[in-house]
Order: sequence, then structure tokens, then C-alpha cells
Amino acid sequence: MDDLYIEELIELYKHPHNKKKLSDYDSEAREYSQTCGDDITIYIKLEGNKVKDISFEGSGCVIATSTASKLTDYAKGKSIEELEKMGVADIFKLIGMEVGPARLHCATISLEALQEAIKKAKKSK
Amino acid sequence: MLNIESIRKDFPILSSKMNGKQLVYLDNAATTQKPKQVIKVIEDYYKKYNANIHRGIYKLAEEATAMYEESKQKVANFIGADGIEEIVYTRNATESLNLVAIAWGEANIEGGDHILISEMEHHSNMVPWQLLAKRKGAYLDYIKINDDTSLSMQSLKEELEKKPKIVSLTHVSNVTGTINDIKEVAKLVHEAGALFLVDGAQSVPHMKINVKDLGCDMLAFSGHKMLGPTGIGVLYAKKEILEAMPPFLGGGDMIKAVSYQSAIWNDLPWKFEAGTSNIEGGIGLGAAIDYINKIGIEEINKHEKELTRYALERISEIKNVDIFGYGYENLDKRAAVISFSIKGVHPHDIAQVFNKEGIAIRAGHHCAMPLVKRLVSNGSVARMSFYFYNTKEEIDKAMDAIIKVKKLFGVE
Repeated sequence: MDDLYIEELIELYKHPHNKKKLSDYDSEAREYSQTCGDDITIYIKLEGNKVKDISFEGSGCVIATSTASKLTDYAKGKSIEELEKMGVADIFKLIGMEVGPARLHCATISLEALQEAIKKAKKSK
Repeated sequence: MLNIESIRKDFPILSSKMNGKQLVYLDNAATTQKPKQVIKVIEDYYKKYNANIHRGIYKLAEEATAMYEESKQKVANFIGADGIEEIVYTRNATESLNLVAIAWGEANIEGGDHILISEMEHHSNMVPWQLLAKRKGAYLDYIKINDDTSLSMQSLKEELEKKPKIVSLTHVSNVTGTINDIKEVAKLVHEAGALFLVDGAQSVPHMKINVKDLGCDMLAFSGHKMLGPTGIGVLYAKKEILEAMPPFLGGGDMIKAVSYQSAIWNDLPWKFEAGTSNIEGGIGLGAAIDYINKIGIEEINKHEKELTRYALERISEIKNVDIFGYGYENLDKRAAVISFSIKGVHPHDIAQVFNKEGIAIRAGHHCAMPLVKRLVSNGSVARMSFYFYNTKEEIDKAMDAIIKVKKLFGVE
């Protein structure tokens, strides 16, 4: 279980990437975890069908916040179709490990928020 | 003095391992472990006495019925109730609270009425009243808590001026461990003419309870938090209250006679127990109470207090660890539930590191979101809670784990 806390993730927890509210965004979505209080909001700015800029705000555990950092890094420049197709396995690949059932939502909360933000952006178009 | 070493031998799970380490179980506010005496009674029931109760005209059914009803007598004696007609079996404390909010609430609450609970309630003593208030157009009012996590008696007095019909209050907070002065509250509630329901889920397993001494009209608690199996809970209510209350669920066993258009209710407490009961649960709870009585609830309470004092003292020596609730200097006002946080570390991560050390603790909102949100902005705390089988050595292991978390996250 120590691998859950490999230095890189703890480093990201302490010094997250893309943790801010975008000054100019097309869509935002907030996901909340019932069990542990992880609370992540994703902001996206689109250009055509690509993510031009992305950021997140909120608080959570190591898994939730480091995933948010990694996912927002990854999503920049990707097409929304690509991001819509992402699932749990892709998140595991992104953070370099698998997470058990009790912490699964911590790992997927950012992806859920991102996909919800994409859905909202499409609707408002 | 309890012989903890010999007591622990009665709990098979306590000698098992978790993640390769000796299990240290510190999540007793969520559920307690079960002694072999309880497990054996349940096994025996299925091996030797299994039959549906109350109706079978054969020896097996009579034996099962006797064991089940005996367990109710044990519950009645344990909390000082007048008899089994005041003991209704439910699934858990949550269902007991819902029973009152639904059955009593339907008959007694009207639009514009006031219902009074407190800010420190578990969701189980909050949501049923929200539902009732919405159904009836009633007001749901809250007794405020003070900064030291105690109940504001000033706020209670102010809220009682609105003349609520019912007041429902937890005896012990499952988050802060704060013990409410139920006796004092009961006096004020009754002076204001309201009915008084107490959530005893966190108190009945840990301290001497006598419903008459407390002065409550009703008391809800769970079997699984006091060595019993899951799926069995208790609603104690004064006989005259249960007599006046309409039934909760309809079905077999809760009636004396049924015609196509109506039915005559069964006697108490069976009027509130529709369908085949949780027989193994009742019998198991009876065995759990036998076990607690054998050790002595006062002895249990004394040991828990000592563990709590020790843990609070040790935590207070560690930098950057916050405790929510009373400290060791107010031991008489708090139970063996300690919520804490480590600066800069999410409670979920604390619990994860504890898990790796074989230590079971809880992290999150503990089903008391409004309270935990008030204590910490992210709405999440870590919690350890003790029972009589825990030891100071286990607390030492928990302290080592706290230090390990701090090191891992670079907390000073």
C-alpha cells in the first residue's frame, strides 16, 4: 500500500498542477465524494473540439488531488472525443497504479468532473 | 480491573491480521467485534432451534419463541424498562428513529408544528425529521452547539419557547464523543410539554443507562454497536406512548385479527413488528447483553475512560495534530470517540496509512455532515473509537502511525 504514497503523488498533493480557477472558461463541473469529502471542480476552455486550457479547484486526499493534477496536465490539447472515452483503466495508467474499491472514487472524481464539464460545454453550444 | 488478556481471547477476530500486521480495531463507534459467545448462540439457534416464532404449535417453535422473547426481557432489564411491552425490535437505531418519525409523526405532527433536534445529530436523527417536516409542512429547528462542542442550553431554552411537539437528541456524539446531559435536557423538554426521544446508539453500549433515571420517553439504539449481530436494533418507548401510536409497518404478527377492510392490532410490542422477525438477531443481542453484564457496564466504562485519557494525553504531546471535542481534562464530559486531524493531511490519507499498519480507523464525515463541516472546512476528520477490549499498547501503535503519517507528508 506504500505505493499509494509514492513520493511523486505526495509531491503533487503538496504542489498541485493547474490548481486555479481559469479566468476565461467555457464550462465547469463539480464532483463531490460522499464518503470522504473530496470536492473537485474542473474548468475547461475549448478551442474547436480540443481542450485549450484546463484547471481544477477543490480539496481532497492524495489520490484525488494528484489525479486532478495529472489529468489536467494530460487533457491539455486533447480532443473532447478522446477525453469522453477515458475510463478507470486510463486513470490507473495515468497515476501509475491501481486503486482498491474503497478509494476508487477518489481516483475517478476528476475524470467524472471533466466529462461532466465537456457534456455541459456541448449542451451550451 | 478487567482482565483484558482473557477478554480478548473471546473475540476471534482480534487475533487476526490485517495487511500482514496484528489487527488493531479502533472503529468501535461504527460497529463492535463479536465474542464467540454471541457467535455460538447464533450458530446454535440455526443448528438446534430454527423455527418461525409465535405461531408454531410444536416444541421447536416454542423454544425459538422463548429464546427470542427472553432476549427482550434482557434488553428491558439492561436499560431499566418496565417490561418487554416497551421494547420494540427494529433493524437498527436508524430504523427506530424512523419508526417514531413515521408512525408517531404521521399521527401527531401537523403543518406549522415545530420539531426540535440538535446540530450534533447523526444523519439518522436528522433526515427522518427532515422528511417528516416536509411531508407535514412543519418546522425543523436546531439546538445550537457551543464552540467546545457541548450543547447550548441557552439555545435549547430558546428553541423550547417555540413549543415543539417532539425533541430528539443524541446522548453521545459519534464525532466528538461529547456526552449530553440528558437528565437536565429531559426536565426542560418536559416542562415545555414536548415528547423526548434519545438516540442512544453511542451511549447504551458504553455506560450505565436507566431510562427512568435519564427521564427520556423513548430511546433508540443498535445491537451491532454492543457486541450483537447487525440487523437488530431497539426502540424503547413508554407503554402509553406505544399504545397511542399507530402501527409502523403492516403484515403478519402485528395483528390479532384481520377482516377484508380492517384489522385489530396485536398487543405491545408485537404491534410494531410486522412479518417474521430477525430471530437470530434478537437471540444474538440477548447473548451480547449477557456478555456485557458478565463484565459489568461500569467496569467497561471505567476502562474506556482510562483508554480515552491515555489517548488524549498522548495526542496532545504530538505537534500539529488537532482534536475535536473535549480534552483529557474534561473526561467526564466525553466518551471514547476521538476525532482528530493532522495539519495538511487529508483524513482519508491518514486512514490509509493506518490501514497499512493494521489499524482500523474511520475517516470522513461520519454521517454527521453539518457537524463535521462546522468543525473543519473540508468536512472530513479521522476518528478512532474504543471498546473495552482495546489496550494502551494498541493506542501506542496508533500514535506511532500518526507519527508515520507526519513523516510521510513532511509535517513538522
